[in-house]
Amino acid sequence: MDTKATKAIEVTDLTVAYQETPVLWDIDLDVPPGVLLAIVGPNGAGKTTLIKAILGLVRPAAGNVLIYNKPYAAQRRIVGYVPQRGTVDWDFPTNVLDVVMMGRYGSLGWIRRPGIKERELAMLALQKVGMEDYRTRQISQLSGGQQQRVFLARALIQDATVYLMDEPFQGVDATTERAIVTLLQELRENGKTVVVVHHDLQTVTDYFDWVTLLNIRRIASGPVDDTFTSDNLRETYGGRIAFMKNR
Amino acid sequence: MSLEQSYVLLIAIFTASACALPGVYLVLRRMTLMSDAISHAILPGIVLAFFLTNNLSSPLLILAAAGTGVLTVVCVELLQKTGLVKEDAAIGLTFPALFSIGVILISRYSNNIHLDLDTVLLGELAYAPLNQLRIGGYELGPVSLYVMGVLLCLNLTFILLFYKELKLVTFDVGLAATLGFAPTLIHYGLMTLVSMTTVGAFDAVGSILVVALIVGPAATAYLMTDGLTRMLIFSVTVGCMNAVGGYFIADVFDVSIAGAISTLTFLVFGLVFLVVPQRGLIAIAHRHMRQKWEFAQTMLVIHLLNHEGLPEADEESEIAHLHEHLQWEPTFASKVVKYALNNKYVSQTATRLSLTDRGRSIARKALVQ
Repeated sequence: MDTKATKAIEVTDLTVAYQETPVLWDIDLDVPPGVLLAIVGPNGAGKTTLIKAILGLVRPAAGNVLIYNKPYAAQRRIVGYVPQRGTVDWDFPTNVLDVVMMGRYGSLGWIRRPGIKERELAMLALQKVGMEDYRTRQISQLSGGQQQRVFLARALIQDATVYLMDEPFQGVDATTERAIVTLLQELRENGKTVVVVHHDLQTVTDYFDWVTLLNIRRIASGPVDDTFTSDNLRETYGGRIAFMKNR
Repeated sequence: MSLEQSYVLLIAIFTASACALPGVYLVLRRMTLMSDAISHAILPGIVLAFFLTNNLSSPLLILAAAGTGVLTVVCVELLQKTGLVKEDAAIGLTFPALFSIGVILISRYSNNIHLDLDTVLLGELAYAPLNQLRIGGYELGPVSLYVMGVLLCLNLTFILLFYKELKLVTFDVGLAATLGFAPTLIHYGLMTLVSMTTVGAFDAVGSILVVALIVGPAATAYLMTDGLTRMLIFSVTVGCMNAVGGYFIADVFDVSIAGAISTLTFLVFGLVFLVVPQRGLIAIAHRHMRQKWEFAQTMLVIHLLNHEGLPEADEESEIAHLHEHLQWEPTFASKVVKYALNNKYVSQTATRLSLTDRGRSIARKALVQ
């Protein structure tokens, strides 16, 4: 990995379409290393699709994505992914520790099983998210906030350089939200790049230092102070942002 | 027990185990209907391979059937991907189409070949030992035994080797893909095994009942445990127990072995469904009943607490009048009183109830929440 790289993520001319309907139109996006970036935009703006395209989970109709100057396939190890909580089956017969250890599967590679080292790393990660007492808990017995913490712990033990998170604050209580924000900011302090799909416009300025405004097109992207302006928001959301007018 | 009988029993156990293993993943991936589809759709593959080899236990049959099975999965997924047909309809369209090709082939050429629909649909375990593996004039045991033994080993090896990958792909396909674990490859690997196991089990139980062997034990095991490894072990254990039990039931009542095994599979599932702790029907009903009484008892102690020490307390705590104040059925009210007396939440003096210290603290705690 090039430590002097100026771009952690570089998206150029990315268009994604389902059938003939474009979900993302010609997106250009540079994410510098070491920022905590929020992707915001209305429902259907293509926020999740953008993350999935960066991760190679959806095939773009055009354009290119680079992570530290290389395609995703060459950089899997340094990218951590936190999908939306609702995308997995929480009735799956397994416990918290086991789910967290899945974060190490990538570095274990094919066939090799997790062992004592992975277990220790998972325990450390669980401590970081305040869930160590739940390690043997069946995952169906977790609350929404606890599920989200487990997902974060799983991403933490990947020890990635770039993190992509899809709505980590969705349906969590205030305590969990604060805990997650602290954790994300800690990751940034340690030089990681964190990209978060975010819903709550009220908290963007408090939580994040960079923001990307998205509505099928990229409306604006940059440091929050310059980018999170009412003009840009109006362009992103149309007229429906009454609660932001004091900005 | 004669040698023939022990062969039959052993084939039943091998078949049940081989089916119970991939069944776990089908249940967890919500794809059990796919096993039904595969078990029917592989018929044309079997028939065509049979035309070529004229031998019902040729390995070519298994490969051809596995090919048709995977083709079924591909067809279902392609139909589904168009967005015009939902998954259940895609399955409902695909497998009858393929199955009917097999039916037509059999009916057209049934005069010339030794392959009839009954055998394919129902199978007959009792006849399996007749088809012996012969090498250099020696009879080395039934071909089915070897076929199912090899399939069992294949399934076991696949699951032991790719336990971690199967788990990740089943639980979180998105993460599996981003970590580079080729979910599609694992998916089709699993489907190939299901197809091969299904056709191997044909001989023993036919194309309809094989679904019971794949789905039944796995669904039963799912109710019994919270861990994947244990679910796999339970699934195989339940499958084997059903096979052995079904064999002896068939022996005693002189009925089809496959039929007896499948019926027992259903009965065992029903039994576990009823009695398994925590999530069984009886446990749930019991919990609901207890919650109902606990809640009524809490209402009672709160009622008593609210009026405690007030002028109307005597009237409000009169046992005979409680049901009027709380608007309960008289019989229900007296049962609740008995329940609360048993738990020592209230005590009775003459015809009136009064709170015990314990009852009072419970009532206060309930009010604070």
